[in-house]
Amino acid sequence: MPEAPLLADLIVHHRATPGALLPLLHAVQDAFGHIPSEAVPAIAEALNLSRAEVHGVITYYHHFRQWPAGRHVVQVCQAESCQACGSRALTAAAERIFGCALGQTRADGAVTLEAVYCLGLCAQSPAVQVDERLHARVSEAKLARIAQQLGVQEVAA
Amino acid sequence: MSTVQLFVPRDAAALAAGADEVAEALQAACAQRGVTLNLTRNGSRGLLWLEPLVEVVTPHGRIAYGPVQPEDVPALLDDAHLLTGGFMPEGDVSPSPRPSPTRGEGAMHSKPLSPCGRGVGERGQHTSDDMTVVAHPLRHGVTEQMPYLVMQERLTFRRIGVTDPLSLADYEAHDGWAGLRKALTLTSAELLHEVTHSGLRGRGGAAFPAGIKWKTVAHAHAAQKYVVCNADEGDSGTFADRMVMEGDPFMLIEGMAIAALAVGATQGFIYIRSEYPHALAVMNEAIERASAAGFLGENVLGSGRTFHLHTRKAAGAYVCGEETAMLESLEGKRGIVRAKPPLPALSGLFGQPTVINNVLTLAAVPFILARGAQAYRDYGVGRSHGTLPFQLAGNIKHGGLVEKAFGLSLRELIYGFGGGTRSGRPVKAVQVGGPLGAYVPESLWDVPLDYEAYAAHGAVLGHGGIVVHDDTANLAELARYAFEFCAAESCGKCTPCRIGSTRGVEVMQRIERTAPAGAAPNAAQHAQQLTLLRDLCDTMQHGSLCAMGGMTPYPVLSALNHYPQDFGVAAAPSPQPSPTRGEGAQTQRT
Repeated sequence: MPEAPLLADLIVHHRATPGALLPLLHAVQDAFGHIPSEAVPAIAEALNLSRAEVHGVITYYHHFRQWPAGRHVVQVCQAESCQACGSRALTAAAERIFGCALGQTRADGAVTLEAVYCLGLCAQSPAVQVDERLHARVSEAKLARIAQQLGVQEVAA
Repeated sequence: MSTVQLFVPRDAAALAAGADEVAEALQAACAQRGVTLNLTRNGSRGLLWLEPLVEVVTPHGRIAYGPVQPEDVPALLDDAHLLTGGFMPEGDVSPSPRPSPTRGEGAMHSKPLSPCGRGVGERGQHTSDDMTVVAHPLRHGVTEQMPYLVMQERLTFRRIGVTDPLSLADYEAHDGWAGLRKALTLTSAELLHEVTHSGLRGRGGAAFPAGIKWKTVAHAHAAQKYVVCNADEGDSGTFADRMVMEGDPFMLIEGMAIAALAVGATQGFIYIRSEYPHALAVMNEAIERASAAGFLGENVLGSGRTFHLHTRKAAGAYVCGEETAMLESLEGKRGIVRAKPPLPALSGLFGQPTVINNVLTLAAVPFILARGAQAYRDYGVGRSHGTLPFQLAGNIKHGGLVEKAFGLSLRELIYGFGGGTRSGRPVKAVQVGGPLGAYVPESLWDVPLDYEAYAAHGAVLGHGGIVVHDDTANLAELARYAFEFCAAESCGKCTPCRIGSTRGVEVMQRIERTAPAGAAPNAAQHAQQLTLLRDLCDTMQHGSLCAMGGMTPYPVLSALNHYPQDFGVAAAPSPQPSPTRGEGAQTQRT
């Protein structure tokens, strides 16, 4: 793995922390964009865990990725408050605008479209997060503008 | 012109509405006009439909403008005289501001006595000192006099939106650390007595008395004890924890330090959702500053007492809002619920006695210590003492944060504060207390909001989250969603929740497929599926290990009982017994 020295640094930095696995996995994902499968044996060995245990934690939490995301990550809130303000229609619009089904990464790698359950913007529903930037009261038109600003080209249906 | 003091919030809700762009536009426009600007990034006042809410300091108080967009800035400065709060010497008023396009929001404020109206006596009036006020659709007068704020009883939120969240000097100047200083003069027993006498109960949902929980930890014998703050606020319709962490982080630190003194803990953790990066960043910075200033660490305020505080980033598992699942996660494992006993108070984090409270519970503690237990206890009704920060969300015109003593009604919140739906359509259902809370129909909107009154009607106050749905909502769809959510988020440890949630989705799909009742070939099948649905809910409610499976029947059964037509049940059935708090509901989210 070309990033092995960086991974080793992260392990050294976190291994003595009580309950180190989550902080370490966050650090790895922050550094690499996902948790590469090649990193799992080293993490397991450093924390005296089995690889199965580490794998079990990675797959349990929605936040952790085993594969790289698209260049842009678009998360549309699906929770009740956003539903009350039209998030189901907005999700359908997002799938159309970004040319990508919920939970998928587009073939050209431009966008990953994800469900998220509550961004804490419930009084200004529906809410969307694009690349860690929050947007409140999102309409279909606003979403199309965001796509344009990101330079995401529409794909032919 | 002398320096102008402006406030533009840095709360995530304001940022999502464009607060950073507005701050930049203000700075650029002021630089262009040669005005020296002192711009403070405060927390949010919680009038979220007005975010970004810009405030300017004047001799008459802070004047509010909102919702401000970057393109509004030139006109606000030049025509509305925002930099003086719209106050102009008599006879020195420039041509009347050009009528702004009605952006909906500004035009809402016509009734002076509505909680959302303008400060009384503000618009276009003469003030006592020969000043004229330049009106503007985005101008709301003196912030503190806005009815939405005046009608609240803010104890926990009294500083939020007022101060710079990361300024230790600001915190100190607004009553900060008074509770901790007082706590350092008291014994553990006296501290426990204060918190118990205040009547404070866990604000995360289970409503367990905080003093009793703390006492159990205090009396446990162990070399190491912990205080853990559960900031995994994942319930739709809630954002109060986020507002506290982003808007007044030192208050949470102070509350946790007091808890540590009371029980003898030297280590603390705040478990914060990964969906709240701003809150996490503010808390980290606040902990660093508080430690550097001696409020945390080896020798808290020179007392010889030790309290180290750390944040821990969660990873997007809803069930980790349940206290034992959160402990597993903090220990670096899958966040799977633990069977109780042992109680976390005796065997919690890393097997040690642990106080676990939610953000709002711990945030209420500094006030209790600073002003005295009785001052807090005097708010509320029955056995629900103090205040609850209610969060108005969903399809509502004036969504935001309303801190009030227990005992007001849902109707006052939805219509008095919230102004009805944003869509303008009739309110159909209101989900109170998060995704595991009941849908409350109009017949119950006058029930006082207190823990016991709601429990008596098969509902819960939970975390104070209120999600309004208009008449386009389909309650059967929402019931199916409740099962879908449970299936996606179940930790999988117990069968009723793990399998019941998936079966619940299937049953709901069959009910929706066979509805409406009366379609002759399906009627029997439809009725059978409804019976199955009730059986399934009964099993989940009474057989689940924690509130995730134990309370999913609340939204489902309340929807079925109060909105049978959405399930294809033509005639209103005889009232079914509401779910009561069974065993399954004993381990709610902290």
